[in-house]
Amino acid sequence: MVVAPIVPGREIELRDLLLTMNRRPGTAEPNNPLVPFGTFDTLHFARFVILNDSTLDDLKAFGPETEFSDAPIYLAFLGDCDGPADELLADFANRAAEGLRKIFAFCEGFDPNGDLLEWMRSRSVKPSATYVNWIGRTVRQIREEAVLHEALSKYLAALPINGPPRDLRRELIRAVHDKGPQLTPEAPTPFSWQIRRLLYVLAAALAIYLALLPILKLSIGMALFVYGVFLIFLATPLAIFLVHLRRHETTDPVILTPPSDAHLRALGALQDHDVTNQYTALGSFKPGVFSRWTTTIIWWLVNLATPVLYPRGHLARIKTIHFARWVFLDGKRRGLFASNYDGSSEAYMDDFVNKVSFGLNLTFGQGVGYPRTHFLLWGGAQREQEFKNVQRRHALPAEVWYKAYPGLTLVDIARNARIRQGLERSTMTETEIRQWLSEI
Amino acid sequence: MVETVTEYEDIQGLLYAGYGSLEEASFLLLRVTNAAEAKAWFAGLVEEPGAEKLSYHVTHAGHLDSHQEQVLQLAFTARGLRNLGLLEDVLGSFSREFYLGIAGAEAEVEGRSRRLGDIGNNAPSNWEWGTPTEMPDILVMLYAEAGGLAAFQQMVTADLALGFEIIRILATAKAAEPGETRREPFGFVDGISQPQIDWDGTREPGTSDDLDYGNLIAAGEFLLGYQNEYGLYTQRPLLEPSQDPENILAPAAESPGQRDLGRNGTYLVLRQLEQDVSGFWNFVSEKSPEDNGTSLAQAMLGRNLTTGDPLITASRAEIRGVGPDAGDIRQNGFTYESDPEGLTCPFGAHIRRANPRTADMPGGRQGVISFLLRALGLKQDGPRDDLISSSRFHRLIRRGRPYGVVIDHRESVVHGESPGITSGIYFIALNANISRQFEFVQNAWIVNAKFNGMDGETDPLLGNRVPFPAENPTDAFCLPQPSGPNRRIAGLPQFITVRGAAYFFLPSLRAIRFIARQNGKG
Repeated sequence: MVVAPIVPGREIELRDLLLTMNRRPGTAEPNNPLVPFGTFDTLHFARFVILNDSTLDDLKAFGPETEFSDAPIYLAFLGDCDGPADELLADFANRAAEGLRKIFAFCEGFDPNGDLLEWMRSRSVKPSATYVNWIGRTVRQIREEAVLHEALSKYLAALPINGPPRDLRRELIRAVHDKGPQLTPEAPTPFSWQIRRLLYVLAAALAIYLALLPILKLSIGMALFVYGVFLIFLATPLAIFLVHLRRHETTDPVILTPPSDAHLRALGALQDHDVTNQYTALGSFKPGVFSRWTTTIIWWLVNLATPVLYPRGHLARIKTIHFARWVFLDGKRRGLFASNYDGSSEAYMDDFVNKVSFGLNLTFGQGVGYPRTHFLLWGGAQREQEFKNVQRRHALPAEVWYKAYPGLTLVDIARNARIRQGLERSTMTETEIRQWLSEI
Repeated sequence: MVETVTEYEDIQGLLYAGYGSLEEASFLLLRVTNAAEAKAWFAGLVEEPGAEKLSYHVTHAGHLDSHQEQVLQLAFTARGLRNLGLLEDVLGSFSREFYLGIAGAEAEVEGRSRRLGDIGNNAPSNWEWGTPTEMPDILVMLYAEAGGLAAFQQMVTADLALGFEIIRILATAKAAEPGETRREPFGFVDGISQPQIDWDGTREPGTSDDLDYGNLIAAGEFLLGYQNEYGLYTQRPLLEPSQDPENILAPAAESPGQRDLGRNGTYLVLRQLEQDVSGFWNFVSEKSPEDNGTSLAQAMLGRNLTTGDPLITASRAEIRGVGPDAGDIRQNGFTYESDPEGLTCPFGAHIRRANPRTADMPGGRQGVISFLLRALGLKQDGPRDDLISSSRFHRLIRRGRPYGVVIDHRESVVHGESPGITSGIYFIALNANISRQFEFVQNAWIVNAKFNGMDGETDPLLGNRVPFPAENPTDAFCLPQPSGPNRRIAGLPQFITVRGAAYFFLPSLRAIRFIARQNGKG
């Protein structure tokens, strides 16, 4: 993710240039001459978005000394890809140099004759937390499996649907063997990931061992004493934290300004041209150390926990998020959230409100203007219309957005993967085969 | 504590009843030509002291204790309220969907038409009314007993002439005779499933009770000014006392210093849906010739053609807000949990899309540990689990009426015999939050080609069949089979076409009085 301030006054020109990359509002032409996203085989999603924060005035509610009226207007270039991000960046610098130079020429400190890759690297911002719907699933796999599904439904349509399931499966396997499509074997889990998983297991085991150590090694009385001391140590900072939290939660100003008509129009114009939409939100954190430290710790925990708890198919109960990232900007004065999700924005918000309001409150509750929370987890996003107003007001229309597999939702992608697995498995029960056939 | 609704004399009766016993109805779309005369007529309709006496009035829910021979209901578009002199900042505090309208340049730019499936043949550019040039100000709904409508309508239209022009009269088909089953033009039994409004505030929304599907829904979902399913008050125009100097409006429940223009009112969605009756029956009987298409038609709807009973057998478990009437229990005492494979009622059936009957979390009540694991998404049952959001936030009261010819014997239209008259339904939905209720149901459930994990199919009856996105077809209908592969029917033609639509505000009687007293331009 490259983030660079735009030369003051050149924002409109830059926007006009970016819009030439689109085939329809907000959706990039995959082979546009500036940055032909479609030729980058490991790229799932990408976007260019001008981070023009219309909510800076909200800070006034916290007093004059907290204002941030000179906040830069950034250009952000985000991509979600297979493999290391730096490799893709190098590939971009290599194969789309001319277009990227044209675009970044609108940014401060860009040297048209300098090293593009170095410049982009120096402006790269690392997200504090990221979420990937299905770790390890590549663009190639998604595309191949979609083609496979299509081929299989054609083959199946030519067969009698009442035939014995086992015979149908055999016929289908033969058809794919004879007529294709060819599938690239799934790549093994990278070694670094296996190490990482191992480290998690070891860390968890160590934590449990340490927690049980007093009981295992000491007499009951001593063990209780150790636990007691430990609790006091834990309870003191927790109490201090709660006092501060409640003070902020009860006294911080809540800003309920509804989004303007023009803003909603700009957002709406870009939405629902595909089954997937992009979401980019920008906002300031409440002034003071408390909100920044709380958010820093929470985002760190999110980054640590999501790949372990939610590696495949869903983030808590949400099954519609392809990728998401939480990013600090301007020395933690502001934050950015970016995601790609299936369905309409209203449905996305309803899912948030109804299924994971606690998660939103945790990760965004320290933002300026966020609906009032109670004890970090409650309230906030549960205030349905207030929350929807806040999130729409902070949302930014992305000038350019690219998706590598238009028309496919996460449910489609997961189904296609199951279909492929069913094709490749050596044995299946009768019930499994029926289930498999019903998904084709 | 949830507030009990008591002000029945302030609520238009349509929220309370569909007037099934009044067999005739017509809906007049009006434009204001003389605002002063128009307001004088409204004042008469709500029997203001000093107003000219009319021989009819706006029927409120309090009237429904006794039989009404004729009924008049009144609703306004944003354009209408503006033309009657409501201030722009008051108008702007209605919901945005109402303020902008269902169609028009802004709605298209913003993607509203796209989200509602109003594209292709359904596009507003093809509508007969509801486009900016054919946008009514006022909707007057007239209901009467058999034989009584003509005279009633004549009397009303004569009085209207001073203040309004009639831009369209939407005449409905005669409803079923008493004792007969109400049907829509395809021949299906109509108006079976409705949410039950919690008038008495007996239910606290958001408790563990909502881990089971319920049909008793907070009054605030259908009536502005009361708590909704979130326990909150839906946004609506709240005025300062200075804006209501005559003290006509009631105080806002959550902010007693302000006056509530919305209280006891709601939004009304009206859509004229033309039905290709012979096209429908020809298609299904061609695909399922063994029974002239009956079984396929039933699978598309999800209910029995003759009786209206669901294809799914009613469960024994009690559902809050269904019954005690035995017919209601037979027709609505079910969820889809008993049919996880879609073998009895296909996943794409209309009734599954219109109301998926889901609770707050799949799996119901299973103890605290299981609740926590499921709430955190750490326990899921298969790929279809938890794809559909909780139904209680997305319910509609439907008050539609058919028009044209409602067939009794579909055999007469099968095999190409067109009745020679256009038929359809005036779809009418009441809801307090258009975007979360009507628009969500239409977008996320009815026209969504990816609903409930499916691919390439939209509502078998309502779908517009326009490929989306790009070339991806949306014209299939799948019937899951116990033997394995789905029976997939591709190439469904469009059976239902939108001919006109608008969002209205169905005000309380107080609000009508208030509107009648506006002295803005006009």
